[in-house]
Amino acid sequence: MATGASRADRTRGRLLVAPPFLFALLLLAVPLTVIVLFSFWSQDFLTLDRTFTLANYREALTDPLYRQLLFRSVWIAATVTAVTVILAYPVAYFLSFHVPPASKGLWLFLITIPFWTSYLIRVFLWKVILGFNGVLNTTLETLGLIDAPLSWVLYNATSVVITLAHAFAPFAILPIFVALERIDRSLIEASRDLGESRLTTFLRVTLPLSMGGIVAAILIVFIPTVGDYITPRLVGGPDGLMIANMIQTQFLRLNNAPMGAALSVLAMLSVGFVAAIVVLGLRRVAGLGR
Amino acid sequence: MLRGYVLTYLVFLYAPIVLLPIFAFNDSTVIAFPLTGFTTRWFEALPATPELVRSVRTSLSIAVSASILATLLGLCAARVNARYAFPGRAAVLGFVMLPLILPEILVAVSLLVVLLTLGVQLNALTVVLGHTLICMPFAIAILNGAFGNLDPAIEEAAIDLGCSRWQAFRMVTLPLIAPGIISSLLIGFTISLDEFIIAFFLTGSDPTLPVYLWAQLRFPARLPIVMALGTLLVALSVILLCGAEWVRRRGMRRSGRRDAGGFFA
Amino acid sequence: MKRPIVELRDIHKNFDGEQALDDLSLDIAEGEFFSLLGPSGCGKTTLLRTIAGFEQPERGTLTLDGKPMEGVQANRRPTNMVFQSYAIFPHLDVARNVGFGLRRSRLSASEKSNAVEEALQMVGLGGFGKRAAHALSGGQRQRVALARALILKPRVLLLDEPMSALDRKLRETMQDELRRLQRQVGITFILVTHDQEEALIMSDRIAVMFDGRIAQVAAPGELYLRPASRRVAQFIGMMSFLPARLRGREIEVDGFGRTDVSERQAPGGLKDGPAEVGIRPEMMSLLSEPPSQGQRAASGRVSEVTYYGDMSYYAVMLDGTDRTVTVSMKNLPGGVTAERGEAVTVSWDPGSLMIF
Repeated sequence: MATGASRADRTRGRLLVAPPFLFALLLLAVPLTVIVLFSFWSQDFLTLDRTFTLANYREALTDPLYRQLLFRSVWIAATVTAVTVILAYPVAYFLSFHVPPASKGLWLFLITIPFWTSYLIRVFLWKVILGFNGVLNTTLETLGLIDAPLSWVLYNATSVVITLAHAFAPFAILPIFVALERIDRSLIEASRDLGESRLTTFLRVTLPLSMGGIVAAILIVFIPTVGDYITPRLVGGPDGLMIANMIQTQFLRLNNAPMGAALSVLAMLSVGFVAAIVVLGLRRVAGLGR
Repeated sequence: MLRGYVLTYLVFLYAPIVLLPIFAFNDSTVIAFPLTGFTTRWFEALPATPELVRSVRTSLSIAVSASILATLLGLCAARVNARYAFPGRAAVLGFVMLPLILPEILVAVSLLVVLLTLGVQLNALTVVLGHTLICMPFAIAILNGAFGNLDPAIEEAAIDLGCSRWQAFRMVTLPLIAPGIISSLLIGFTISLDEFIIAFFLTGSDPTLPVYLWAQLRFPARLPIVMALGTLLVALSVILLCGAEWVRRRGMRRSGRRDAGGFFA
Repeated sequence: MKRPIVELRDIHKNFDGEQALDDLSLDIAEGEFFSLLGPSGCGKTTLLRTIAGFEQPERGTLTLDGKPMEGVQANRRPTNMVFQSYAIFPHLDVARNVGFGLRRSRLSASEKSNAVEEALQMVGLGGFGKRAAHALSGGQRQRVALARALILKPRVLLLDEPMSALDRKLRETMQDELRRLQRQVGITFILVTHDQEEALIMSDRIAVMFDGRIAQVAAPGELYLRPASRRVAQFIGMMSFLPARLRGREIEVDGFGRTDVSERQAPGGLKDGPAEVGIRPEMMSLLSEPPSQGQRAASGRVSEVTYYGDMSYYAVMLDGTDRTVTVSMKNLPGGVTAERGEAVTVSWDPGSLMIF
């Protein structure tokens, strides 16, 4: 039955939400606003010039170095996202449809454990695995499958993709799993009853109904990977560096906060842009499937 | 076929973690195969490295503070989500989840700029603030789950039986969401302990453990010690996670609810 | 006259602009088994929660046991509640659940545990104290909720649809027990229900509610026989309606013909012009032979037969109309029955017509 909110309840609710709200306001909204302001200023060594200018954006969008970094960040993040989500979907499907309910908790636990081990060390270990004298090359050489070490697996975009696909695996599996778990199993039986095969049932019922989980997985992988710093630095080499590395350089090395701010704003905008496309685009796809 | 694929995927997931103890016990400063022999000297070297011990201590105190703060803030938001309605509630509750969908580098950079502009001295406290911010959405998500499982009538029943509002919360709601609180604390602790980029930007003279490790990765001779440390961290994480899972399951059993899976389910 | 234990005066409440209780007034006597009956959304649960103190009315006064309740929190009111979900504390065993409200009393530990055991015995759960809350069945949960509320000896026990989660058989058992328990303890019970049968079975008096207002307050028998409005008549039990025209004390009913009626058959008064006539199924019967002298009867054709075991219900389309009336007949050996499509004669009792 309806339980409406009295005025006292509304006040209590507002008071209670105030601490987390103010915290997020002061430590997130205010700083982000300041970053946006900074991006329209300029800096000469240590003196900050507060006159409004678009110079930072002009430079960021025309200088091939910045342009390439931005483009590469989005491209690598998109590749990582696609690889991660496509690899993760069958795992989530297996967990939801083939694992008996009693052991689902255990399987989820098994999948999340690697995620909770130090990110830094995990990335470093990928360097060890993929390196010139790494585990992969030495193993393949010992087995006689290759004569000389593979050079294309480390210090480039490929290694960044492999490493990030590993790092964000649970982030992709969990939302898809949750979406699949929510699907009423009688819908699948109904589809079979109405004459669909196993495959067409998957395409016409299961996949569209899990689209929400796929969108969540895409966003949850894409957003942090655009701004990843550690992986490109450790395994990316010069061709694998991304925008976060340049932002860090601008702020901490070159003391050019306004340039770093402009790059940050551009990174934020590309994240928002791609996220909006994903959400809107996949909604349409899901709509057509029905 | 699907089962085979999933097993291959698990190998991919666990490959780096399995290597960690292998190199931690390998008697060589080079992190590569073939192995040269068994040793425990890298572990023995750990306590003999004062900067390392100090960074562990810094990280632990930051992780404890950030997880407690984030859980307290998360409790407020989750309770509002479960119990109170007012205009603009959805917007406010969405806003506090925002750190979850921002690349951490942006959180780090923007906080750094503000703190430097205000002339605040960077130290462990500034890292705590940053970590609390990124742990808070996780705390809220976990506690939302804990509150969501509660029958809203249960607190009213306690009030009906003579409790004040606060007593009802303390005697009925708090014990029932305790597993969620513990999960939230543990996960906040683990996130903070592992977080690099915010700590890297906001730390002062006291580096956290990941920041210290980052510096060590440049010196090949120190790598085996890093491997030993990593092994210990993995063990610690697994123990903490098992603890969290055990608490959660016990909470489920005690309140007679069906097990619905892991932390995120 | 003794003062009512619950007095509601002009209670008004909105939920986000929607009227939940509309200037509602009601008295409930001490020791009564009182039911609030109505369709979902009629405001009955809101009214109950207002008495309990979980909702604050915007206007109006509530007096419990002679004391005004304005500003008195739910935990300080002489009422206790059995919640629809029962709200059994999942982290406490049965004894701790039942003894939950005794925490503030001045009883010693052993007195408390005696009181708990006594309360459990009263609801038929003696010796269940150590059971875990989640190990209880639906019926047992309800009993624990009852014991937990009754142990505090409230002046008024509030029950919010307590049987809605139980299956039919168990519901019937619990209805009996609840009635017995109420007589035994003598406490005023206020039951919220949407099940008219349940309200009729259990209550001393019933308030029928529609749209935040009370449509009628009456004892079950009166409610059934003398509904105050067409809407109440339709909600309580089964009733067939036929168009009619009234002139003076004479009424002409489609399919039935003319008859004289009295004032007491028309809750809204007798007014010349078009009217509607209602009749209960048991006030009509199918005849096996032509009607006797003076017996009123109408002819028609059976359009549907519904078999209930002891009874059958016949929908009969009256000749010369497009209206059906529902007639109930006991399924006695050698009794009158009819098939679908059969032409029948329906006798009716003029004194039982209700005019709206």
